[in-house]
Amino acid sequence: MDNKELQRIKSRKLKNSVFHGLIFFCTIFGVIVLALLLYDILKKGLPWLTIDFLTNFPSRFPKKSGIFPGLLGSLWIILLTAALAFPVGVGTAIYLEEYAKENRFTEFIKLNIANLAGVPSIIYGMLGLAVFVRALSMGRSVLAASFTMALLILPIIIISSQEAIRSVPSALKQASFALGTTKWQTVTGVILPYALPGILTGTILAISRALGEAAPLIVVGALTYVSFIPKTPLDQFTTLPIQIFNWSSMPKREFQNVAAAGIIILLGILLLANSTAIILRDKYQIKIKD
Amino acid sequence: MSNLKRLFLISLVAVFALSMVACSGKKASLTGNIKVDGSSTVYPITQAIAEEFKKANPDLNIAVGTSGTGGGFKKFVVGETDINDASRKVKDEEAAKAKENNIEMLELEVAYDGIAVVVNKDNTWVSDITVEELKKIWEPNSTVKLWSDVRPEWPKEPIKLYGPGTDSGTFDYFTEKVNGKEKAIRTDFTASEDDNVLVQGVAGDKYAMGYFGLAYFEENADKIKALKINGVEPTVDTVKNGTYKPLSRPLYIYVANKSLERPEVKEFVKFYLEKAKELVTEVGYIPLEDSKYQDGLNKIK
Repeated sequence: MDNKELQRIKSRKLKNSVFHGLIFFCTIFGVIVLALLLYDILKKGLPWLTIDFLTNFPSRFPKKSGIFPGLLGSLWIILLTAALAFPVGVGTAIYLEEYAKENRFTEFIKLNIANLAGVPSIIYGMLGLAVFVRALSMGRSVLAASFTMALLILPIIIISSQEAIRSVPSALKQASFALGTTKWQTVTGVILPYALPGILTGTILAISRALGEAAPLIVVGALTYVSFIPKTPLDQFTTLPIQIFNWSSMPKREFQNVAAAGIIILLGILLLANSTAIILRDKYQIKIKD
Repeated sequence: MSNLKRLFLISLVAVFALSMVACSGKKASLTGNIKVDGSSTVYPITQAIAEEFKKANPDLNIAVGTSGTGGGFKKFVVGETDINDASRKVKDEEAAKAKENNIEMLELEVAYDGIAVVVNKDNTWVSDITVEELKKIWEPNSTVKLWSDVRPEWPKEPIKLYGPGTDSGTFDYFTEKVNGKEKAIRTDFTASEDDNVLVQGVAGDKYAMGYFGLAYFEENADKIKALKINGVEPTVDTVKNGTYKPLSRPLYIYVANKSLERPEVKEFVKFYLEKAKELVTEVGYIPLEDSKYQDGLNKIK
């Protein structure tokens, strides 16, 4: 090897390690930002995180402030949203993947669903205000908010369910048909059980997104201070993100810490939802292999 | 599948049960719903009143929103809410809209608020400013780019401006009093509906200037500096006795007459005016003179 060649190898190796470093930095960057954010929130919020904080109503005193109505409001909305969006979303995915003929109309629907997934959430809020709150006169209620949220996450559920259904091996499907089953029997007996982990993961991630949304709910009419807990779906409500936002804009500086405590609760619920998704996925995956 | 269904049902029942437990008040109290919306400036006062009123009447449902004075009036004039918090008087077109819908309203003053004009702590060159200078800085198409454009002895550094966004009653009031026309303002300033963002902006920039409610200044007096306007410092006294001009204003609530016929709303408004003096101070605003609260109470009798 002459000198020139050695130099070329050297420069190539240098390039290699430079890019290695660069990409590593990219990876670390996100983690560092997250860690800083978490550190800041935990430092401010942890001392304020007490049982009282969970069970109290908001108050003008930072020390007495609690997140109870927001917590319950969020849970109400999430459960109703899931109940509304899950069957419709999975149904649509089954229709599109298994029943629909491959023609322009189906393509058109699929294209629209993909586009809807990218529509900003505030637009759904306006839609919810016009359709559910006003036209269907549900008022500024939990129900109207849940319908709006269901619309918001429907495209995500449909798309992830489609992916899950598409991943079912065609050998399994054909084996089922070979036994003389109808399409419906194959769908419920083979396709759905196999696709369920994927469907669930997609759904729970979509619901986590809905949990953190504030913009569409403000448009639909979420309140800032409620002295009560929604007892029926037609009651008024507030939610976690709205409570947090309100605290962060209060004049008293201690409310910043209350907001941080609220963020910890919200993060906790999100983490819980995501780990549920993982646990369910693992559980059902094992069952199929047996 | 059935496991899942059970899980879902259990959580639904749990939330429902929790809601029920939370709401089993025992004492004899007023019942019903009171719906309030409107200004986020007035919100802390209404929230404090609602909190205290709820203690005496645990079965009562009170809901307070913060859609802004204008946003709140939009709901108020169609009869969606009972009370609207307002950091300015009702506008003619809003009153006309209410009339169309047969909604009559009662205007009640509840507190004073001052608007503080603030600069950074390290700003050594300015402690006093005139309304004319403020206008020169904030008016539409203002030519002020550097501090030295206002007074030649001030530094030749760009002036960075922070102010509330357009939905805010504070914005309406400031533009009307300083620039002479509501909503008329230069466009190249940093706007935020969140006053704490404005505080942070001014606190972090030596060459910044901003304005917002006095309550936000008092809470952050260690980080920012409030300017005297025409030589008068913004304090509780100067706002109350009217010498801090023109940036002090009364805050209002508007009550729909029809709602006032309901005992829970009437009692709530009465409670509001009786307790306001004490609670207004607590949340950082300035109470009215006793006689003004009495005037309000006489109006609802």
